[in-house]
Amino acid sequence: MIDEKYRYKLEKGEIFHIVDQDGTASSMDPHLPEDMLLKMYRMMVQARAFDEKALKLQRAGRMGTYAPLSGQEGVQIGSAFALAPEDWMVPSYREAGAMMVKGVPMKAQYMMWMGNDWGNHIPDNVNCLPISIPVGSQILHATGFAWAANIKKSKIAVLCYFGDGSTSRGDFHEGMNFAGVFQVPGVFLCSNNGFAISTPVTKQTHAETLAQKAIAYGIPGYRLDGMDVLATYVLVKDAVERAKEGGGPTMIEGVCYRFGPHTTADNPDLYRQKAEVEEIIKKTDPVVRFKNYLAKKKLWDDKKEKALIEEVVGLVDAAAMEAEQAPLPTMEDLLKNVFAQMPEYLNEELDYYKKASGGGSP
Amino acid sequence: MMMNNVQAVNDALMYEMGRDPTVIVLGEDVGKEGGVFRATAGLQQKYGRERVVDTPLSENGIVGSSVGLALNGMKPVAEIQFSGFVFAAYDQLVSHASRYRQRSMGRFHVPLVVRMPFGGGVRALEHHSESDETIYTQIPGLKVVAPCTPSDMKGMLISAIRDPDPVIFLEHIKLYRAYREEVPEGEFTVPIGKARIALKGNDLTILAWAAMVNVSLEAAKQLQKEGISAEVIDIRSLKPLDKKTVLDSVKRTGRAVIVQEAHRISGFGADLSAIIAEEALLYLKAPVLRVTGYDIRFPLYKLEDQYLPDPHRVILAAKEVMKF
Repeated sequence: MIDEKYRYKLEKGEIFHIVDQDGTASSMDPHLPEDMLLKMYRMMVQARAFDEKALKLQRAGRMGTYAPLSGQEGVQIGSAFALAPEDWMVPSYREAGAMMVKGVPMKAQYMMWMGNDWGNHIPDNVNCLPISIPVGSQILHATGFAWAANIKKSKIAVLCYFGDGSTSRGDFHEGMNFAGVFQVPGVFLCSNNGFAISTPVTKQTHAETLAQKAIAYGIPGYRLDGMDVLATYVLVKDAVERAKEGGGPTMIEGVCYRFGPHTTADNPDLYRQKAEVEEIIKKTDPVVRFKNYLAKKKLWDDKKEKALIEEVVGLVDAAAMEAEQAPLPTMEDLLKNVFAQMPEYLNEELDYYKKASGGGSP
Repeated sequence: MMMNNVQAVNDALMYEMGRDPTVIVLGEDVGKEGGVFRATAGLQQKYGRERVVDTPLSENGIVGSSVGLALNGMKPVAEIQFSGFVFAAYDQLVSHASRYRQRSMGRFHVPLVVRMPFGGGVRALEHHSESDETIYTQIPGLKVVAPCTPSDMKGMLISAIRDPDPVIFLEHIKLYRAYREEVPEGEFTVPIGKARIALKGNDLTILAWAAMVNVSLEAAKQLQKEGISAEVIDIRSLKPLDKKTVLDSVKRTGRAVIVQEAHRISGFGADLSAIIAEEALLYLKAPVLRVTGYDIRFPLYKLEDQYLPDPHRVILAAKEVMKF
């Protein structure tokens, strides 16, 4: 028997939480300005409406496969609000809410899910990368991007989103390891929504939490109640500030829950109980929680709720319609966007395309 | 100045890093040690640890973080220690580096160079002798070059660094110190996308790149003694390919022999053969022959001379096409 003193042990941290489901805030309430609180709530409601519309569009055959975010509005909106315009966002593929806060138009997001490549042409003044589908692969991009910021001496933070499934992939390990070694100004936010398609997080790792994995990289790690938009804002803001002051990277595990399916092509009834999910929604819905918080502060009521929903649904519907009517790229656009200058062999392929398709566009 | 290939690579990096402060060299052992082949020797002493970086042991980490560096305004020149170890990084190359410009419809791009020693013939261990050019040429959005002379090494590496898109820069291990030639000092570029006529001839065209160019030149010397005049073209830029130089030659000679160190199936010779068949068929006097490695894993070194195409095998093929 080897003496216990030789065994390396873990000291667990407490989960960071401020607002209860009934809207009661602890003494850690940041007392944010009123208009900021209302903006945050508006974006949570808009994210949910965007999501609901997306599901409708997909079912109606007007949009392709979509990865819904409902249940994750807290972790997405709270974290996105912690960024300044000069900071960069590196999403996975489920961050439509965070991306719209950052400034990626809803129209562009719908276009992308509708199969229009122009949807990924992020506007020039929006510091956000396009979505990344290979799970966790964007973590390395965030690390490299933040690394470049250090070299250029630009005082920015890079906020990277990834899920619980990502933590099993090599890119997570390599991205976090490089982040620690090079002390990059990154905030690595893991949205632990409980599932990687059908695989529960308990099967993803034998570690008790995901936050503790940060310790292995010499990086500060925190566990966050991801259903709490205020706690998310406070914790991520702290990490963003630390990054900008040269304090290096932080990892945050935002514990939340994926209310819907992995994507519209998934059937969660095959691996989870509807009744259980409904219980969780009732107990933790981040949008309802924040509404209760605002109501307790006398900042919200049913009349305001009705008006907001009407307004937001109007915006979402308009964005969807504009997306459907937006022009598609031509094959020439695609052939011209492989390299900065079109090489001869692609020009030949373009000639062939013109002949083969009768010279028309799609 | 007289240089060998390693010195030419070093010279290119020395020069370009002095000219462009966004160039960053990163990889395993590239900094303090100067690279296992000494290709990056002296760079860290001159440009500092922030621009010449010894990374943790992770090809995927090197290439993936290079994508991020490139997206934020740097020009990373990443080294993969041996081409046989690139596979861990292949996902990042294919799924992201090669696609970012097209995915974002031009909003983002990845000005990345990935340098790799490749090829066999130096009695190396397993995995240290690979020729896998086509895993890159088949990916849209990657440029692929494999120069063989010191001038081309320097000139094309500088072109690759200045290229706004990802370039895979393959440096043949056997040629690193094989020979020296006069290389222009200072500012000097060789464009990507142009082939080089290594030897002019009239009876047949030999298409080769990297170490197979020397093998072909040796074969051509032997053939000349027997009255057969071979033209040897150094492809040097696989993608984009200099089709015009290749086709002009084949149309003139009517006979083509491709010499490829890589395994036979799906090697770059297949592309060259298809192009010749599509665009020069009626000029051909004989079938297009490929002299290639075998479809086995590159063996341990006792049998590497059996595996590698040598002048004898090139001569066999040349004589075959001369029969027609």
